[in-house]
Amino acid sequence: MDGFIELRGIRKRFQGVPAVNDASLTLNRGEVFSLLGPSGCGKTTLLRILGGFETPDAGRIIINGQDITDLPPNKRPINTVFQNYALFPHLCLWDNVGFGLKMAGKPRKFIDQEVERMLDLVDLLDHADKKPHQISGGQKQRVAIARALINKPQLLLLDEPLAALDLKLRQRMLLELDRIHDEVGITFLYVTHDQGEAMSLSDRIAVMNQGRIEQIARPMEVYEAPSSSFVAAFIGDTNFFKAHVSGSVGEDYSTLAIEGVPSVLAYNDKKLQRGQQVYLSIRPEKFRIQREKPAPTEHLNMLKGKVLDIIYLGSNTKFRVECGGHVLMITQQHARFMLDTTPLTWEEEVWVSWNADDGYMLQRYEEADARLLDLPNEEESVP
Amino acid sequence: MSRKWREWTITLPSMGWLVFFFVIPTLLVCGIAFKNRTINGGIGEGWTLDTWLNVIQPSYPLVVWRTLWLSGLTTLICLFFSIPVSYWLARLSKEARNWMLLLIILPFWTNFLIRVFAWWSLLHSQGWLKQALVWLGLASPEAQLLYNEWAVLLVLVYTYIPFAILPLFASAEKFDFSLLDAARDLGAGKLRAFVSVFIPGISQGMITAFVVVFIPVLGSYAIPDIVGGPTSEMIGNKIAQNVFVDRNLPHASALATLLALVVLLPVLYSIFTQRRQKRSTGRRS
Repeated sequence: MDGFIELRGIRKRFQGVPAVNDASLTLNRGEVFSLLGPSGCGKTTLLRILGGFETPDAGRIIINGQDITDLPPNKRPINTVFQNYALFPHLCLWDNVGFGLKMAGKPRKFIDQEVERMLDLVDLLDHADKKPHQISGGQKQRVAIARALINKPQLLLLDEPLAALDLKLRQRMLLELDRIHDEVGITFLYVTHDQGEAMSLSDRIAVMNQGRIEQIARPMEVYEAPSSSFVAAFIGDTNFFKAHVSGSVGEDYSTLAIEGVPSVLAYNDKKLQRGQQVYLSIRPEKFRIQREKPAPTEHLNMLKGKVLDIIYLGSNTKFRVECGGHVLMITQQHARFMLDTTPLTWEEEVWVSWNADDGYMLQRYEEADARLLDLPNEEESVP
Repeated sequence: MSRKWREWTITLPSMGWLVFFFVIPTLLVCGIAFKNRTINGGIGEGWTLDTWLNVIQPSYPLVVWRTLWLSGLTTLICLFFSIPVSYWLARLSKEARNWMLLLIILPFWTNFLIRVFAWWSLLHSQGWLKQALVWLGLASPEAQLLYNEWAVLLVLVYTYIPFAILPLFASAEKFDFSLLDAARDLGAGKLRAFVSVFIPGISQGMITAFVVVFIPVLGSYAIPDIVGGPTSEMIGNKIAQNVFVDRNLPHASALATLLALVVLLPVLYSIFTQRRQKRSTGRRS
C-alpha cells in the first residue's frame, strides 16, 4: 500500500449537475483497479479527469508525489485506451503505435525498435502496414493498447475497452489484458459497467453510484461484504430483508425480527444494538432448499416456504420461493447426476435454510436499489 | 443485362444534359479556336493554327502567371481561415451552429455584383474604409486601395470563403473528435494534435474546398474588372476583352481552351494516380 496514485476529494459538475461527488481513492503501484458502476455513475468523468480531458471543480490528483491536477493531457505520465479505440484512421498500425514516441521527439531508430516490440507484444507485427479500417475489432483493441503503452506511462486508463466486442472475443481479450498487465507491470485503471470484467481482472474495485464511490475493496469483499444495498444489488443477485435487532446470541450473533417469518439469526459484525434497524442481504446461492426439514445445527436458519417458480439452467436451477410474504430468489448448484433425483416441483412445500454467517447486514439501504435485482414483477406477486 | 439497361436509363437524362449543355459547347469553343476570324467579328471558313500562334503573346505569360498565383493565393487564404472555422463550427451546439451557418450563407442573398460594388465603394478614395484607415494613420491619403492585385485578392477571398467553409464543415462534422483526445493523450500539444490529426481527418473536405474555390477563381472576370486595374488583369478579363472589344472569337476560344486545360490536367492527373493507388492497395490486402 504505497499510495502511488492518489485522488483527493474530486468534484465535477456539468451544468450544475454533479457528475463526480467527492471521490477519493488511492492506487497502488502495479495493481489493476476497476471503477465499476452503471452508466451515468461518473466513472467515465473520473477517468477523463485523470486523463486531463476534464478539469475537476475541486480536488487534487497526485502521482508519485507530484501534483498533476493542472497539467494538460500531453504532460501527464498517463495514457488511455479509449472506448471506441480512437485509432488514427489516416495512419497505418505502425504509425499509430509510434505516434506517442514521435510526439516525444524520439529518434527514428528508437521509435522503430519500440514499435516493433509493442506490435510484437500484442501479436500484430504481421499487420503493421494495414490501416485501422482493414482490421477487426479485437485487433483494433490491441493496437490501442500497444499505442497507449509505448510511452511507458505510470498509469494506463482503460475506458470500457471491451464494450464494443462480442462475448467470446471479450473473454479472450480479458485474458490478453491480464497477460499484458503481467508483462508490463504498470498500474491499470479499468472503467467498466460489467461486473464480470471487473471481478475477474481487478485487484481492487471501486463501486460508483450517482457520482459517489460506494465501496473500495477486493472483488471478493465487494461481493461478500457489500457496504450498501446498491453494491449488494449491482454486483450479483441478492435478497433483501428489512429487519431490526431483537436480541443477541453470544458475542457475535444477533437475532433479527423480520415481518412475516420467525426471527432469524445473523452474524453481527457491525455490533448493532437491540432495536436498531438493519437490512439483511442473502445471496441466492447461500440458501439450501429441500423437502425434508433440515437437521438443526448451530446458527442454522430455516424457513418453510412454497415453490413459485423453477428455472432449470443445466448446471444450476433458480427457484422463486415464497416464505411468509417474502419472495426469495434461490440458486442451487447441481453437483450430482440429476436424473437419479426427484426434482422439486411447482407449488411444493419446501424448507429453505442458510447459515447465520452467510447473511450480511447492511445499514445503508435505498428502496430504489432493490429495482436492480432480478425480482418478480409486481402483478405476479404472492396472492 | 437488364440491370445494365436499368443503370443506363437512370443515368441517361443527366448524361444527356451534360453532353448537350457542357461537353458539346466545350468542344465547340475548342473547335472555334482553330477557325479564322472574319473582319466583323464572326467565324470564318476553313481551319487554321494562326490563332494559337498569336496566343503566345509577350503579355500573356504574365497574365497567366498572375491568374495562377492570384487563384492559388486566394485558395490558400480561404483554406487557412476556413479550417479553424470548420473546426469551431463542428464543435458548436446544433442550434448555435445553424445560426452561424445561416450567417455564412447570408451574403448570398445579395446579388454578387452588388457585393463587389460594395467593396469598390468601401475601398474607394472617398470610401469610409479608406477614410477610416487614413484617420487611424494606417494609410496615407494618397494611397490607392483600389485597382491593384491586392484589392482583387481581398474581394476574391471575401467572395469565395463560404465555398471553402461549407465542404470543410461537412468534413469536420463527421470528424471523430475523440481522436484529438487520443493525440493529446499521446503527448501532442493542442496545435500539434490539430495539425497531425484534425487536418488529415478533413482532407476530403480540403480537396473539395480546393476544387470549388480554385477553379471558379481561375475563371473569375467580374471581380478583377471592377476592383482591379490594368495591372491586375486575369485571364478571364482577356477572354472578355477578346469577345466584347476585339471581337476575336477564335482568340477568346483559344484562351478559354487553355484555361480549361489548366483545370483539367490536374484533375486527370489526380484521377489517374488515385486509380493507381487503389490498384496497389488492392494488391496488398
